Amino acid sequence: METKLHGWHRANGARMVEFSGWDMPVQYETGPREEHLRVREAAGLFDIDHMGRLLISGPQAEEFLQRVQTWDVSRLKPGRAHYSMILNDAGGIIDDIFVYHRTDSWLVVVNASNASKDTLWLKSQAAGLDVSIRDLRDVTCMAALQGPAARQILQALGPDEDLESIGYHHVVERTFGGARVTLCTTGYTGEPGYEILMPARNCEKTWNAILEAGAPRRLIPCGLAARDSLRAEACLPLYGNEIDETTDPLSAGLVRAAVRLEGHDFIGRRALAALALSSLPRVLVGFEMKEPGVPRHGYDIASHGKFIGRVTTGLFSPSTGRYVGMGYVETGFAGVGTAVSIVIRDAHKAARIVERPFYTSPHWR
Amino acid sequence: MEHKVDQKARYAKTHEWVRIEGEEAVIGISDYAQDKLSDIVFVELPAVGKELKAGAACMVIESVKAAEEVFSPVSGSVVGRNEALEKSPELVNSDPFGQGWLVRVKLAAPAEAASLMDAAAYSSYLASL
Repeated sequence: METKLHGWHRANGARMVEFSGWDMPVQYETGPREEHLRVREAAGLFDIDHMGRLLISGPQAEEFLQRVQTWDVSRLKPGRAHYSMILNDAGGIIDDIFVYHRTDSWLVVVNASNASKDTLWLKSQAAGLDVSIRDLRDVTCMAALQGPAARQILQALGPDEDLESIGYHHVVERTFGGARVTLCTTGYTGEPGYEILMPARNCEKTWNAILEAGAPRRLIPCGLAARDSLRAEACLPLYGNEIDETTDPLSAGLVRAAVRLEGHDFIGRRALAALALSSLPRVLVGFEMKEPGVPRHGYDIASHGKFIGRVTTGLFSPSTGRYVGMGYVETGFAGVGTAVSIVIRDAHKAARIVERPFYTSPHWR
Repeated sequence: MEHKVDQKARYAKTHEWVRIEGEEAVIGISDYAQDKLSDIVFVELPAVGKELKAGAACMVIESVKAAEEVFSPVSGSVVGRNEALEKSPELVNSDPFGQGWLVRVKLAAPAEAASLMDAAAYSSYLASL
């Protein structure tokens, strides 16, 4: 599948890669490291049109959402957004999502890799309820403008639009260059910025207008490689790496971020409540290499030669200059400071459990 | 994108280069290879004294994308390593024929290099890819 900006990427030096069935830009000529650093220092523009997005509306929309996802949206005021999850009955993670409360409807943004699965699941759960689930992918295009200069860039594009008053995790409507867009102050980089839903028609014009407005502030387009290293430094989970249907929000350490265990009765809550009372066999941790080497998804984690876990994500972190990673380890080895080793091509390389995230942006206001 | 080619080096089809300097040779990867790998974040060099065999995997270069094997273009024993790569693996990206060299070997079979492509042949090979 191709995003609506596919032609632009091809014409502008992108290297393309297959991602969940989508032909996506993995990097531009700038290269992943520079794209990564630019988002931390200035701003980057990402094509995230592959992300699934569903508009949930109707008299029973809130009741439906309370059943199918983990955040208590009865407390989510219009204009606000929150991270959440869709669980199965066993508490396994079907997907991690963002829920945006618009004035008269809800926007649910889901992973590209899970969009079809989620849509089928949500529609099956909506049976008998007066709720409408509409796929917005054809009528909108989605891009992410991320980094400390993101606000000034959008302000240059729409000098009369109020941006300063919008806090983090909000959703508003604004007009830029004649296009009415839904502006979400969310992202997947650990930097402040926006995720933008624009009309599909003329979306390339809007994309170009943002790039042009951002050029004086060193804005560049960024690919999936930078998106992945940015989210990994911020320890934001990637579905298929840190979380999937065999993992749960407790073991992944995501309950505070995504789940309200006391309150609404969502699918998976009972299983999760039982799990909360038991001792978890394994938990997600962050680690740093003490010996140089690149940990990668699927590598074994060991302690004194004995297998104790598995790497979910590993990388050289451009912003900290360290080789770091995340992984599930047996709970007894999860304490910060614990010495472990990462098995890289049969060699046991020394590593240490460290605090997460690996990088915290100084640009949050 | 046009890739640089060192006129003084000879090349393997797997994009390693070798520059013969008397009885020794310096080995690296080509500009084309570093570009295809994208940003290099770690180079696992072979130990001094290790015997390399022409055409056999001799070390691993890790890019942001993946771990890739490097095949030695010639046979010989490692007599020097580019230790600067431990702190700055990106030198392989920025200067693949210079500061981004990998290892120096004492040649076991100096005649082997004749079977590798010269710069002109490698340039045509790149053009055919």
